[in-house]
Amino acid sequence: MYAQLVETGSTRLRKLDELSGDERRFQERIDAGIKIEPKDWMPEGYRKTLIRQISQHAHSEIVGQLPEGNWITRAPTLKRKAILLAKVQDEAGHGLYLYSAAETLGVSRDQMIDDLHSGKAKYSSIFNYPTLSWADIGAIGWLVDGSAIVNQIPLCRCSYGPYARAMVRVCKEESFHQRQGFDIMMALCRGTPEQKAMAQDALNRWWWPCLMMFGPSDAESVNSAQSAQWGIKLFSNDELRQKMVDQTVPQAEYLGLTIPDPDLKWNEEKGHYDYGAIEWAEFYNVVKGNGPCNRDRLKARVDAHENGAWFRDALLAYADKQAQRSTAAAA
Amino acid sequence: MSNDTVQYLLRLGDNALILSHRLSEWCGKGPALEEDMALANTALDLLGQARLWLSYAGELEDAGRDEDALAYRRNDRQFCNLLLVERPNGSYADTMVRQFFFDAWHHLALQGLCRSADERIAGIAAKAIKEVEYHLRRSSDLVVRLGDGTAQSQKMMQRAVDELWTYTGEMFESDGVDEQAVVAGIGFDPVALREPWLSYVREVLSEATLRIPPADAFMQKGGKQGRHTEALSYLLGEMQYLQRAYPGAQW
Repeated sequence: MYAQLVETGSTRLRKLDELSGDERRFQERIDAGIKIEPKDWMPEGYRKTLIRQISQHAHSEIVGQLPEGNWITRAPTLKRKAILLAKVQDEAGHGLYLYSAAETLGVSRDQMIDDLHSGKAKYSSIFNYPTLSWADIGAIGWLVDGSAIVNQIPLCRCSYGPYARAMVRVCKEESFHQRQGFDIMMALCRGTPEQKAMAQDALNRWWWPCLMMFGPSDAESVNSAQSAQWGIKLFSNDELRQKMVDQTVPQAEYLGLTIPDPDLKWNEEKGHYDYGAIEWAEFYNVVKGNGPCNRDRLKARVDAHENGAWFRDALLAYADKQAQRSTAAAA
Repeated sequence: MSNDTVQYLLRLGDNALILSHRLSEWCGKGPALEEDMALANTALDLLGQARLWLSYAGELEDAGRDEDALAYRRNDRQFCNLLLVERPNGSYADTMVRQFFFDAWHHLALQGLCRSADERIAGIAAKAIKEVEYHLRRSSDLVVRLGDGTAQSQKMMQRAVDELWTYTGEMFESDGVDEQAVVAGIGFDPVALREPWLSYVREVLSEATLRIPPADAFMQKGGKQGRHTEALSYLLGEMQYLQRAYPGAQW
């Protein structure tokens, strides 16, 4: 999702009776549903995994400003513009609380940002796709934020207190984001034939990348099993993806749009929609840096950071001078 | 209602709309995450104000034009914002100095408008001034910190002050539209804002260790009358693209 393919460092899952001392008490707390707080003892693997997961999530919020920011200056009405500006501002805010949540684990925001810029840390693959029309802004709200909610609602109950609490606030805002996206799609689908074609084109381009956001099937993955035992991953990627498909198909029907999957059909027996095969080669390519916008997105962030160095230096220099002045005045 | 009142409201709305647009161009590209959020916040405040002014202008004009018709279907010669607000963003130093010059004027202008005999104008101004007090506090504070920061930041800020100064004179020029607003008791006299503006700006720039350019420097003007810099028509080309490409569509 916003965090994909998160490494846990585990090669084998150990059961409770194989754990002892601090590690056993830690696992018992998690199993009892008691939140872990920053000053509590935690296994190094748990701490590192959470740093990877939360920072990846934070980076996704920050990089995620770019594809939508691409349309703020071209929003078609002043009301749409105001809503989009507020939404993108919320995303910067989500990035801030998530960086702060990760900082409680002993990593600095500067370090996380350096890792993003060097390519060591990842962000969600979805933000490496371009926003080519206004309908893409609707599709992102509807599908990308919709997928984010499916993933993040369970995280409100995850074992790490600061992350769980950040997610509660994030989810409230994401739900507003999803509604605004769907509202854009509705206006387009009720509009002129050209507008409806714009909406269909956006769905065609965003559907598969959105299904890929959940990551490859992880039913057999040690990392996922470890994250599940630690209470920081509560459902498998396939379960979450299925939930997203099931909730979205009726919405597409309501809009009068066609999901670009000839194999999509209701499976009465399972009580779910079956969907076609996902092209995982594309996903891995995007993760490796070959998506349509990987280079542009990272460059935009690196440029912003480098062009802002003088600004940050100036604020520090001013704060130092002020400190010296107050020391001199006190002497 | 006279055309002058409509024109007066369009000037207020266009200033807020165009500056909001410029600030929103920074989205995701600011020098720090906190700055991205603060700029988006200022852009949103100004956009909200623009919508109130333009909607009222449209109602008084009574020609069936709403806020969107006024924002999206006028040409650059029909826009009457100050030249200052349409100037390109440049570096963050240029953006902050532009903001500071405008905020200092905007705050004084809104104080005048809060006393307007037109209740709707006074009401919009009363709402806007609360936001603009914060904009001014923030931009003044940043001007001081960046001016008195490093040698590089001081140089960048001084250059921005020197470059943008020529666009400040227009804020204090009165024409027939302004005079009519004063006579009708609905607006303020721009000439009267010059001294308090200069005095405030002088104080902040001095704390920022920046030189204030001469008050009698040559000043560009024309924005209020629809004669703009080359920058505006590109801005409008971008802003109005969808409404122009799909006339009559509902969004």
